[in-house]
Amino acid sequence: MAGRVLLIEDEPNIIEAIRFILSRDGWHVDVHSIGETAVAAVHERAPDVLVLDVMLPGRSGYDILADLRADKVTEKLPVLMLTARGQKADRDMAMRAGADRFMTKPFANEDVLAAVRDLASA
Amino acid sequence: MARIALTGTRLRARRIDLGLRQADLARSAGISASYLNLIEHNRRRIGGKLLGALSVALSVDPASLTEGADSELLQNLNEITGAQQSRPSTRGGQPPESPEEFAGRFPGWAAQVTAQHRRIGALEATVANLTDRMTHDLHLSTALHDILSSVTAIRSTSTILTGDQRPDPVWQARFQRNIHEESARLAEASQALAGYLEEASDARSGTATPQEELEVWLAARDWHVVELEAPGAPDIDTLVADPVFRATGARRVARHWLSRSHEDAYALPLQEITSHLSEAWPDPGALAQQHNLPLALVLRRLAALPVDVAPGPAGLLIADGAGALTFRRPLDGFPLPRIGAGCPLWPLFEALQRPGQPIKAVVELPGPLARRFQTYAAVEVLRPGTFTQPPVVEAVMLILPLDGAGLSPARPVGSACRVCPRENCPARREPSVLEVAAGAISF
Repeated sequence: MAGRVLLIEDEPNIIEAIRFILSRDGWHVDVHSIGETAVAAVHERAPDVLVLDVMLPGRSGYDILADLRADKVTEKLPVLMLTARGQKADRDMAMRAGADRFMTKPFANEDVLAAVRDLASA
Repeated sequence: MARIALTGTRLRARRIDLGLRQADLARSAGISASYLNLIEHNRRRIGGKLLGALSVALSVDPASLTEGADSELLQNLNEITGAQQSRPSTRGGQPPESPEEFAGRFPGWAAQVTAQHRRIGALEATVANLTDRMTHDLHLSTALHDILSSVTAIRSTSTILTGDQRPDPVWQARFQRNIHEESARLAEASQALAGYLEEASDARSGTATPQEELEVWLAARDWHVVELEAPGAPDIDTLVADPVFRATGARRVARHWLSRSHEDAYALPLQEITSHLSEAWPDPGALAQQHNLPLALVLRRLAALPVDVAPGPAGLLIADGAGALTFRRPLDGFPLPRIGAGCPLWPLFEALQRPGQPIKAVVELPGPLARRFQTYAAVEVLRPGTFTQPPVVEAVMLILPLDGAGLSPARPVGSACRVCPRENCPARREPSVLEVAAGAISF
Protein backbone atom coordinates (compact mmCIF):
# COMPACT_ATOMS: atom_id res chain seq x y z
CA MET A 1 0.00 0.00 0.00
CA ALA A 2 1.72 3.17 -1.15
CA GLY A 3 0.47 6.63 -0.33
CA ARG A 4 1.70 10.15 0.08
CA VAL A 5 4.95 11.06 1.79
CA LEU A 6 5.98 14.60 2.63
CA LEU A 7 9.75 14.98 2.89
CA ILE A 8 10.88 18.07 4.80
CA GLU A 9 14.60 18.33 4.13
CA ASP A 10 16.90 21.08 2.87
CA GLU A 11 19.79 19.14 1.31
CA PRO A 12 19.03 18.90 -2.45
CA ASN A 13 20.96 15.70 -3.13
CA ILE A 14 19.52 13.91 -0.11
CA ILE A 15 16.06 15.00 -1.28
CA GLU A 16 16.74 13.61 -4.73
CA ALA A 17 17.92 10.25 -3.41
CA ILE A 18 15.06 9.77 -0.94
CA ARG A 19 12.47 10.92 -3.47
CA PHE A 20 13.84 8.44 -5.99
CA ILE A 21 13.78 5.40 -3.71
CA LEU A 22 10.32 6.19 -2.37
CA SER A 23 8.88 7.02 -5.81
CA ARG A 24 10.29 3.78 -7.19
CA ASP A 25 8.41 1.99 -4.44
CA GLY A 26 5.16 3.61 -5.55
CA TRP A 27 4.96 6.52 -3.12
CA HIS A 28 3.89 9.98 -4.14
CA VAL A 29 6.56 12.23 -2.67
CA ASP A 30 6.16 15.93 -1.96
CA VAL A 31 9.09 18.00 -0.80
CA HIS A 32 9.35 21.08 1.38
CA SER A 33 12.60 22.73 2.51
CA ILE A 34 11.75 25.69 4.71
CA GLY A 35 11.32 25.22 8.45
CA GLU A 36 9.19 28.30 9.06
CA THR A 37 6.43 27.19 6.66
CA ALA A 38 6.71 23.46 7.25
CA VAL A 39 3.58 23.15 9.43
CA ALA A 40 1.47 24.87 6.78
CA ALA A 41 2.95 22.53 4.16
CA VAL A 42 1.88 19.49 6.20
CA HIS A 43 -1.69 20.79 6.39
CA GLU A 44 -1.71 21.56 2.70
CA ARG A 45 -0.25 18.24 1.50
CA ALA A 46 -1.97 16.02 4.11
CA PRO A 47 0.61 13.20 3.80
CA ASP A 48 0.24 9.65 5.11
CA VAL A 49 3.82 9.75 6.43
CA LEU A 50 6.09 12.67 7.24
CA VAL A 51 9.88 12.38 6.87
CA LEU A 52 11.29 15.30 8.85
CA ASP A 53 14.87 16.55 9.08
CA VAL A 54 15.94 18.15 12.38
CA MET A 55 18.22 20.95 11.19
CA LEU A 56 16.24 23.12 8.82
CA PRO A 57 16.57 26.75 7.83
CA GLY A 58 14.31 28.93 9.93
CA ARG A 59 13.02 26.39 12.40
CA SER A 60 14.11 23.09 13.95
CA GLY A 61 12.38 19.81 13.24
CA TYR A 62 11.69 19.43 16.97
CA ASP A 63 9.67 22.65 17.05
CA ILE A 64 7.78 21.70 13.91
CA LEU A 65 6.92 18.31 15.36
CA ALA A 66 5.79 19.83 18.65
CA ASP A 67 3.35 22.04 16.73
CA LEU A 68 2.04 19.08 14.76
CA ARG A 69 1.46 17.03 17.91
CA ALA A 70 -0.44 19.92 19.50
CA ASP A 71 -2.86 20.06 16.56
CA LYS A 72 -5.87 17.68 16.47
CA VAL A 73 -5.52 17.26 12.70
CA THR A 74 -1.88 16.18 12.75
CA GLU A 75 -1.40 14.79 16.25
CA LYS A 76 -1.34 11.20 15.01
CA LEU A 77 0.55 11.75 11.76
CA PRO A 78 3.34 9.10 11.54
CA VAL A 79 6.71 10.89 11.61
CA LEU A 80 10.18 9.63 10.79
CA MET A 81 12.87 12.05 12.00
CA LEU A 82 16.25 12.30 10.31
CA THR A 83 19.24 13.91 11.97
CA ALA A 84 23.00 14.13 11.75
CA ARG A 85 23.17 14.08 15.55
CA GLY A 86 22.90 10.62 17.00
CA GLN A 87 23.57 11.09 20.69
CA LYS A 88 21.19 9.64 23.24
CA ALA A 89 20.08 13.15 24.20
CA ASP A 90 19.04 13.83 20.58
CA ARG A 91 17.17 10.56 20.37
CA ASP A 92 15.41 11.32 23.66
CA MET A 93 14.51 14.79 22.45
CA ALA A 94 13.01 13.39 19.25
CA MET A 95 10.93 10.88 21.19
CA ARG A 96 9.77 13.53 23.65
CA ALA A 97 8.76 15.75 20.75
CA GLY A 98 6.60 12.87 19.49
CA ALA A 99 8.61 11.20 16.72
CA ASP A 100 7.51 7.65 15.81
CA ARG A 101 10.91 6.75 14.36
CA PHE A 102 14.35 8.32 14.58
CA MET A 103 17.15 7.71 12.09
CA THR A 104 20.66 9.14 12.06
CA LYS A 105 22.55 10.20 8.96
CA PRO A 106 24.13 8.58 7.06
CA PHE A 107 21.27 6.09 6.79
CA ALA A 108 20.73 3.09 4.53
CA ASN A 109 18.12 3.48 1.79
CA GLU A 110 16.43 0.21 2.69
CA ASP A 111 16.03 1.36 6.29
CA VAL A 112 14.27 4.56 5.24
CA LEU A 113 12.02 2.62 2.91
CA ALA A 114 11.22 0.02 5.57
CA ALA A 115 10.46 2.71 8.15
CA VAL A 116 8.08 4.54 5.82
CA ARG A 117 6.29 1.29 4.95
CA ASP A 118 5.97 0.37 8.63
CA LEU A 119 4.67 3.77 9.62
CA ALA A 120 2.08 3.81 6.85
CA SER A 121 0.74 0.39 7.76
CA ALA A 122 0.76 0.90 11.54
CA MET B 1 64.15 11.59 56.64
CA ALA B 2 62.92 14.79 55.11
CA ARG B 3 61.78 17.44 57.55
CA ILE B 4 58.71 19.03 56.08
CA ALA B 5 55.50 20.23 57.65
CA LEU B 6 52.51 22.35 56.77
CA THR B 7 51.49 25.45 58.67
CA GLY B 8 48.62 23.68 60.40
CA THR B 9 50.89 20.90 61.62
CA ARG B 10 53.43 23.38 62.97
CA LEU B 11 50.67 25.30 64.66
CA ARG B 12 49.36 22.17 66.31
CA ALA B 13 52.85 21.14 67.45
CA ARG B 14 53.46 24.58 68.98
CA ARG B 15 50.09 24.51 70.81
CA ILE B 16 50.81 21.09 72.27
CA ASP B 17 54.31 22.21 73.31
CA LEU B 18 52.72 25.06 75.21
CA GLY B 19 50.16 22.73 76.81
CA LEU B 20 47.26 24.73 75.39
CA ARG B 21 43.87 23.15 74.75
CA GLN B 22 42.46 23.52 71.25
CA ALA B 23 39.33 25.24 72.59
CA ASP B 24 41.38 27.80 74.53
CA LEU B 25 43.57 28.71 71.56
CA ALA B 26 40.53 28.92 69.29
CA ARG B 27 38.76 31.26 71.70
CA SER B 28 41.76 33.58 71.94
CA ALA B 29 41.92 33.77 68.13
CA GLY B 30 38.18 34.36 67.82
CA ILE B 31 37.33 31.17 65.93
CA SER B 32 35.59 27.93 66.79
CA ALA B 33 37.49 24.90 68.05
CA SER B 34 36.20 22.86 65.14
CA TYR B 35 37.56 25.37 62.64
CA LEU B 36 40.93 25.40 64.43
CA ASN B 37 40.89 21.62 64.22
CA LEU B 38 40.46 21.87 60.45
CA ILE B 39 43.37 24.32 60.26
CA GLU B 40 45.61 22.14 62.39
CA HIS B 41 44.94 19.20 60.12
CA ASN B 42 45.71 21.32 57.08
CA ARG B 43 42.14 21.13 55.82
CA ARG B 44 41.77 24.89 55.67
CA ARG B 45 44.21 27.46 54.45
CA ILE B 46 45.34 30.14 56.83
CA GLY B 47 46.81 33.57 56.37
CA GLY B 48 46.27 37.26 57.03
CA LYS B 49 44.72 38.37 60.30
CA LEU B 50 43.93 34.90 61.55
CA LEU B 51 47.53 33.75 61.18
CA GLY B 52 48.58 36.87 63.06
CA ALA B 53 46.13 36.23 65.89
CA LEU B 54 47.21 32.62 66.29
CA SER B 55 50.88 33.59 66.19
CA VAL B 56 50.33 36.09 69.00
CA ALA B 57 48.43 33.52 71.03
CA LEU B 58 51.25 31.02 70.50
CA SER B 59 54.01 33.62 71.04
CA VAL B 60 55.75 32.82 67.76
CA ASP B 61 56.75 34.75 64.68
CA PRO B 62 54.12 34.10 61.93
CA ALA B 63 56.96 33.41 59.50
CA SER B 64 58.13 30.48 61.60
CA LEU B 65 54.77 28.84 60.96
CA THR B 66 54.79 29.33 57.23
CA GLU B 67 58.33 29.63 55.89
CA GLY B 68 60.47 26.78 54.74
CA ALA B 69 57.67 24.29 54.47
CA ASP B 70 57.31 22.33 51.28
CA SER B 71 53.67 23.22 51.47
CA GLU B 72 52.97 22.78 47.78
CA LEU B 73 54.02 19.16 47.85
CA LEU B 74 51.94 18.42 50.94
CA GLN B 75 48.99 20.37 49.63
CA ASN B 76 49.11 18.36 46.42
CA LEU B 77 49.26 15.12 48.39
CA ASN B 78 46.29 16.20 50.49
CA GLU B 79 44.43 17.03 47.31
CA ILE B 80 45.22 13.63 45.83
CA THR B 81 44.09 11.86 49.00
CA GLY B 82 40.83 13.82 48.99
CA ALA B 83 40.24 13.17 45.30
CA GLN B 84 40.82 9.44 45.70
CA GLN B 85 38.48 9.24 48.69
CA SER B 86 35.71 10.98 46.73
CA ARG B 87 35.91 8.46 43.88
CA PRO B 88 34.78 4.87 43.79
CA SER B 89 37.65 2.55 44.60
CA THR B 90 38.71 0.32 41.74
CA ARG B 91 41.42 -1.58 43.60
CA GLY B 92 41.98 -2.63 47.14
CA GLY B 93 44.18 -0.71 49.51
CA GLN B 94 43.84 2.56 51.35
CA PRO B 95 45.70 5.80 50.77
CA PRO B 96 48.31 6.58 53.43
CA GLU B 97 46.84 7.89 56.66
CA SER B 98 49.14 10.88 56.61
CA PRO B 99 50.42 12.59 53.47
CA GLU B 100 53.08 14.16 55.65
CA GLU B 101 54.31 10.76 56.74
CA PHE B 102 54.40 9.59 53.13
CA ALA B 103 56.21 12.70 51.92
CA GLY B 104 58.61 12.53 54.83
CA ARG B 105 59.56 8.89 54.31
CA PHE B 106 59.47 8.79 50.51
CA PRO B 107 60.02 12.33 49.21
CA GLY B 108 61.02 11.12 45.73
CA TRP B 109 57.94 8.97 45.34
CA ALA B 110 55.79 11.77 46.73
CA ALA B 111 57.12 14.12 44.06
CA GLN B 112 56.45 11.46 41.40
CA VAL B 113 52.89 10.97 42.63
CA THR B 114 52.14 14.67 42.58
CA ALA B 115 53.67 15.02 39.10
CA GLN B 116 51.45 12.19 37.84
CA HIS B 117 48.46 13.77 39.55
CA ARG B 118 49.13 17.07 37.80
CA ARG B 119 49.43 15.22 34.48
CA ILE B 120 46.09 13.49 35.08
CA GLY B 121 44.51 16.81 35.99
CA ALA B 122 45.81 18.38 32.77
CA LEU B 123 44.46 15.46 30.72
CA GLU B 124 41.07 15.67 32.45
CA ALA B 125 40.96 19.38 31.69
CA THR B 126 41.75 18.64 28.05
CA VAL B 127 38.95 16.08 27.88
CA ALA B 128 36.56 18.53 29.52
CA ASN B 129 37.57 21.26 27.07
CA LEU B 130 37.10 19.01 24.05
CA THR B 131 33.74 17.79 25.32
CA ASP B 132 32.77 21.37 26.03
CA ARG B 133 33.83 22.33 22.51
CA MET B 134 31.94 19.44 20.90
CA THR B 135 28.81 20.44 22.78
CA HIS B 136 28.88 24.17 22.39
CA ASP B 137 31.07 25.06 19.44
CA LEU B 138 28.65 26.16 16.74
CA HIS B 139 31.32 26.17 14.05
CA LEU B 140 32.41 22.62 14.79
CA SER B 141 28.83 21.41 15.04
CA THR B 142 27.94 22.99 11.70
CA ALA B 143 31.05 21.60 10.01
CA LEU B 144 30.25 18.08 11.21
CA HIS B 145 26.65 18.47 10.10
CA ASP B 146 27.80 19.48 6.59
CA ILE B 147 30.14 16.52 6.37
CA LEU B 148 27.47 14.06 7.53
CA SER B 149 24.98 15.51 5.06
CA SER B 150 27.40 15.01 2.17
CA VAL B 151 28.24 11.49 3.32
CA THR B 152 24.51 10.71 3.53
CA ALA B 153 23.85 11.98 0.03
CA ILE B 154 26.80 10.07 -1.40
CA ARG B 155 25.93 6.85 0.39
CA SER B 156 22.28 6.98 -0.52
CA THR B 157 22.92 7.91 -4.14
CA SER B 158 25.69 5.37 -4.71
CA THR B 159 23.46 2.63 -3.27
CA ILE B 160 20.85 3.51 -5.89
CA LEU B 161 23.45 3.39 -8.67
CA THR B 162 24.91 0.05 -7.60
CA GLY B 163 21.69 -1.68 -6.54
CA ASP B 164 19.82 -4.42 -8.36
CA GLN B 165 17.33 -2.01 -9.87
CA ARG B 166 19.52 0.37 -11.82
CA PRO B 167 17.87 3.68 -12.73
CA ASP B 168 17.50 4.67 -16.37
CA PRO B 169 20.42 6.45 -18.10
CA VAL B 170 18.99 9.93 -17.47
CA TRP B 171 18.72 9.32 -13.74
CA GLN B 172 22.11 7.60 -13.71
CA ALA B 173 23.71 10.73 -15.18
CA ARG B 174 21.86 12.89 -12.72
CA PHE B 175 22.98 10.81 -9.73
CA GLN B 176 26.57 10.70 -10.95
CA ARG B 177 26.54 14.47 -11.12
CA ASN B 178 25.09 14.61 -7.58
CA ILE B 179 27.84 12.34 -6.26
CA HIS B 180 30.45 14.50 -7.95
CA GLU B 181 28.96 17.62 -6.37
CA GLU B 182 28.76 16.07 -2.94
CA SER B 183 32.27 14.64 -3.06
CA ALA B 184 33.62 18.10 -3.90
CA ARG B 185 31.58 19.58 -1.05
CA LEU B 186 32.79 16.84 1.28
CA ALA B 187 36.43 17.53 0.40
CA GLU B 188 35.94 21.23 0.98
CA ALA B 189 34.15 20.73 4.31
CA SER B 190 36.81 18.25 5.49
CA GLN B 191 39.62 20.64 4.64
CA ALA B 192 37.84 23.50 6.41
CA LEU B 193 37.31 21.34 9.47
CA ALA B 194 40.93 20.20 9.53
CA GLY B 195 42.08 23.81 9.25
CA TYR B 196 39.76 24.85 12.04
CA LEU B 197 40.94 22.09 14.35
CA GLU B 198 44.59 22.85 13.60
CA GLU B 199 43.99 26.49 14.39
CA ALA B 200 42.19 25.59 17.60
CA SER B 201 45.05 23.40 18.76
CA ASP B 202 47.75 25.81 17.68
CA ALA B 203 50.39 25.38 20.35
CA ARG B 204 51.59 28.92 19.83
CA SER B 205 48.56 30.54 21.34
CA GLY B 206 45.89 27.89 21.82
CA THR B 207 43.32 30.44 20.69
CA ALA B 208 40.25 30.03 18.52
CA THR B 209 37.95 33.00 19.02
CA PRO B 210 38.48 36.78 18.97
CA GLN B 211 37.77 36.90 22.71
CA GLU B 212 40.37 34.23 23.37
CA GLU B 213 42.96 36.11 21.31
CA LEU B 214 42.30 39.23 23.35
CA GLU B 215 42.57 37.24 26.59
CA VAL B 216 45.89 35.70 25.49
CA TRP B 217 47.21 39.15 24.63
CA LEU B 218 46.12 40.61 27.96
CA ALA B 219 47.48 37.62 29.91
CA ALA B 220 50.90 38.19 28.32
CA ARG B 221 50.75 41.72 29.78
CA ASP B 222 49.59 40.50 33.20
CA TRP B 223 46.15 41.96 32.40
CA HIS B 224 47.40 45.53 32.67
CA VAL B 225 47.89 47.73 29.59
CA VAL B 226 50.22 50.45 30.74
CA GLU B 227 49.71 52.49 27.55
CA LEU B 228 46.10 53.12 28.58
CA GLU B 229 47.11 54.81 31.82
CA ALA B 230 49.11 57.65 30.29
CA PRO B 231 47.43 61.01 29.69
CA GLY B 232 46.23 61.62 26.15
CA ALA B 233 44.82 59.26 23.58
CA PRO B 234 46.60 55.90 23.41
CA ASP B 235 47.81 54.55 20.08
CA ILE B 236 45.27 51.74 19.89
CA ASP B 237 46.08 51.08 16.21
CA THR B 238 49.60 50.07 17.17
CA LEU B 239 48.37 47.90 20.04
CA VAL B 240 45.91 45.96 17.90
CA ALA B 241 48.53 45.51 15.17
CA ASP B 242 50.12 42.86 17.40
CA PRO B 243 50.35 39.58 15.44
CA VAL B 244 48.50 37.81 18.28
CA PHE B 245 45.36 39.28 16.72
CA ARG B 246 45.17 37.18 13.61
CA ALA B 247 41.79 38.18 12.23
CA THR B 248 39.79 41.34 11.72
CA GLY B 249 37.24 40.17 14.26
CA ALA B 250 39.89 39.80 16.96
CA ARG B 251 41.29 43.25 16.24
CA ARG B 252 37.79 44.72 16.43
CA VAL B 253 37.12 43.04 19.78
CA ALA B 254 40.52 44.22 21.07
CA ARG B 255 39.94 47.76 19.85
CA HIS B 256 36.60 47.91 21.64
CA TRP B 257 38.09 46.54 24.85
CA LEU B 258 41.05 48.90 24.79
CA SER B 259 38.89 51.95 24.07
CA ARG B 260 36.63 51.17 26.96
CA SER B 261 39.54 50.37 29.25
CA HIS B 262 41.05 53.74 28.40
CA GLU B 263 37.76 55.43 29.29
CA ASP B 264 37.73 53.46 32.55
CA ALA B 265 41.30 54.59 33.31
CA TYR B 266 40.37 58.21 32.60
CA ALA B 267 37.33 58.00 34.90
CA LEU B 268 39.23 56.27 37.69
CA PRO B 269 42.98 56.95 37.42
CA LEU B 270 45.44 54.52 38.90
CA GLN B 271 46.61 56.96 41.58
CA GLU B 272 43.04 57.31 42.84
CA ILE B 273 42.87 53.56 43.35
CA THR B 274 46.33 53.21 44.90
CA SER B 275 45.41 55.73 47.58
CA HIS B 276 42.76 53.25 48.75
CA LEU B 277 45.01 50.20 48.61
CA SER B 278 46.61 48.50 51.55
CA GLU B 279 47.34 44.80 52.02
CA ALA B 280 43.71 44.09 51.29
CA TRP B 281 41.46 44.88 48.36
CA PRO B 282 39.37 48.04 48.77
CA ASP B 283 35.60 47.84 49.01
CA PRO B 284 34.48 48.29 45.37
CA GLY B 285 31.10 49.63 46.47
CA ALA B 286 32.67 52.36 48.59
CA LEU B 287 35.10 53.22 45.81
CA ALA B 288 32.26 53.54 43.31
CA GLN B 289 30.24 55.69 45.67
CA GLN B 290 33.15 57.94 46.57
CA HIS B 291 33.99 58.64 42.94
CA ASN B 292 30.38 58.56 41.74
CA LEU B 293 31.15 55.86 39.19
CA PRO B 294 29.31 52.76 38.00
CA LEU B 295 30.24 49.75 40.11
CA ALA B 296 30.88 47.69 36.98
CA LEU B 297 33.56 50.18 35.91
CA VAL B 298 35.25 49.92 39.32
CA LEU B 299 35.22 46.12 39.12
CA ARG B 300 36.87 46.24 35.69
CA ARG B 301 39.49 48.68 36.96
CA LEU B 302 40.36 46.58 40.01
CA ALA B 303 40.90 43.58 37.74
CA ALA B 304 43.26 45.64 35.57
CA LEU B 305 45.71 46.77 38.24
CA PRO B 306 49.42 46.19 37.68
CA VAL B 307 50.75 43.18 39.59
CA ASP B 308 53.06 45.31 41.74
CA VAL B 309 50.10 47.40 42.89
CA ALA B 310 47.29 44.84 43.23
CA PRO B 311 46.92 43.29 46.70
CA GLY B 312 46.73 39.88 45.05
CA PRO B 313 45.48 37.96 42.04
CA ALA B 314 41.99 38.67 40.71
CA GLY B 315 39.61 37.17 38.18
CA LEU B 316 37.03 38.94 36.06
CA LEU B 317 34.03 37.69 34.14
CA ILE B 318 31.76 39.67 31.84
CA ALA B 319 28.51 38.36 30.41
CA ASP B 320 26.09 39.89 27.95
CA GLY B 321 22.33 40.07 28.47
CA ALA B 322 21.91 36.53 27.17
CA GLY B 323 24.36 35.23 29.76
CA ALA B 324 27.10 34.47 27.21
CA LEU B 325 30.58 35.03 28.61
CA THR B 326 32.26 37.76 26.60
CA PHE B 327 35.38 38.18 28.73
CA ARG B 328 37.29 35.88 31.05
CA ARG B 329 40.25 36.72 33.24
CA PRO B 330 40.95 33.36 34.86
CA LEU B 331 42.01 32.93 38.45
CA ASP B 332 43.89 30.03 40.01
CA GLY B 333 41.39 27.64 41.62
CA PHE B 334 38.40 29.14 39.80
CA PRO B 335 38.28 27.22 36.50
CA LEU B 336 36.28 28.89 33.74
CA PRO B 337 34.61 27.18 30.79
CA ARG B 338 36.45 28.01 27.61
CA ILE B 339 33.33 27.67 25.53
CA GLY B 340 29.70 27.78 26.49
CA ALA B 341 27.88 28.89 29.58
CA GLY B 342 29.20 28.98 33.12
CA CYS B 343 27.59 27.96 36.39
CA PRO B 344 24.02 29.35 36.64
CA LEU B 345 24.61 29.96 40.35
CA TRP B 346 27.39 32.48 39.82
CA PRO B 347 26.53 35.92 41.27
CA LEU B 348 27.25 37.21 37.76
CA PHE B 349 23.95 35.77 36.55
CA GLU B 350 22.09 36.75 39.70
CA ALA B 351 23.11 40.33 38.93
CA LEU B 352 21.63 39.97 35.43
CA GLN B 353 18.33 38.94 36.99
CA ARG B 354 18.37 42.00 39.29
CA PRO B 355 20.10 44.68 37.24
CA GLY B 356 19.77 47.45 39.83
CA GLN B 357 21.08 45.37 42.73
CA PRO B 358 24.85 44.90 43.19
CA ILE B 359 25.76 41.46 44.52
CA LYS B 360 28.46 40.61 47.05
CA ALA B 361 28.80 36.92 47.79
CA VAL B 362 31.33 34.37 48.97
CA VAL B 363 31.32 31.34 46.68
CA GLU B 364 32.87 27.92 47.17
CA LEU B 365 34.17 25.75 44.32
CA PRO B 366 33.87 21.97 44.53
CA GLY B 367 36.93 19.85 45.21
CA PRO B 368 38.94 18.50 48.10
CA LEU B 369 40.19 21.95 49.08
CA ALA B 370 36.78 23.62 48.67
CA ARG B 371 38.35 26.91 47.64
CA ARG B 372 36.41 30.05 48.46
CA PHE B 373 36.29 33.37 46.69
CA GLN B 374 34.84 36.79 47.41
CA THR B 375 32.82 37.96 44.44
CA TYR B 376 31.29 41.30 43.52
CA ALA B 377 28.85 41.53 40.62
CA ALA B 378 27.01 44.41 39.01
CA VAL B 379 25.17 45.20 35.82
CA GLU B 380 25.93 48.12 33.55
CA VAL B 381 23.40 49.47 31.05
CA LEU B 382 25.22 49.91 27.76
CA ARG B 383 22.21 51.30 25.93
CA PRO B 384 19.00 52.33 27.69
CA GLY B 385 15.77 50.77 26.53
CA THR B 386 13.24 52.66 24.44
CA PHE B 387 9.59 52.01 23.64
CA THR B 388 10.72 49.96 20.66
CA GLN B 389 14.04 48.50 21.76
CA PRO B 390 15.02 46.62 24.93
CA PRO B 391 17.99 47.89 26.95
CA VAL B 392 21.42 46.40 26.26
CA VAL B 393 23.08 45.36 29.48
CA GLU B 394 26.25 43.66 30.60
CA ALA B 395 27.09 41.97 33.90
CA VAL B 396 30.56 42.15 35.44
CA MET B 397 31.92 39.98 38.27
CA LEU B 398 35.19 40.48 40.12
CA ILE B 399 36.59 37.35 41.78
CA LEU B 400 39.08 37.55 44.64
CA PRO B 401 40.64 34.58 46.48
CA LEU B 402 39.80 34.27 50.16
CA ASP B 403 42.44 33.20 52.66
CA GLY B 404 41.39 31.62 55.93
CA ALA B 405 38.13 30.64 54.32
CA GLY B 406 35.41 28.78 56.16
CA LEU B 407 34.42 31.48 58.61
CA SER B 408 31.39 32.69 56.70
CA PRO B 409 28.65 30.85 54.83
CA ALA B 410 29.50 30.33 51.17
CA ARG B 411 27.38 29.69 48.11
CA PRO B 412 28.31 26.36 46.50
CA VAL B 413 28.98 26.97 42.82
CA GLY B 414 30.89 25.24 40.03
CA SER B 415 32.69 26.01 36.82
CA ALA B 416 30.23 24.66 34.25
CA CYS B 417 27.80 21.76 34.46
CA ARG B 418 29.86 19.63 32.05
CA VAL B 419 32.82 19.61 34.41
CA CYS B 420 31.09 20.06 37.78
CA PRO B 421 30.90 17.10 40.20
CA ARG B 422 27.98 18.45 42.31
CA GLU B 423 25.52 15.66 41.62
CA ASN B 424 22.33 17.06 43.13
CA CYS B 425 22.66 20.67 42.09
CA PRO B 426 19.19 22.11 41.41
CA ALA B 427 20.64 24.35 38.69
CA ARG B 428 22.24 21.52 36.72
CA ARG B 429 21.39 21.79 33.02
CA GLU B 430 23.27 18.76 31.71
CA PRO B 431 25.17 15.74 33.03
CA SER B 432 28.79 16.09 34.05
CA VAL B 433 31.49 14.35 32.04
CA LEU B 434 33.15 13.62 35.39
CA GLU B 435 30.14 11.50 36.37
CA VAL B 436 30.18 9.81 32.96
CA ALA B 437 33.88 9.10 33.31
CA ALA B 438 33.22 7.47 36.69
CA GLY B 439 30.46 5.37 35.12
CA ALA B 440 27.80 6.83 37.38
CA ILE B 441 25.34 8.95 35.43
CA SER B 442 22.79 10.24 37.89
CA PHE B 443 21.15 12.97 35.84
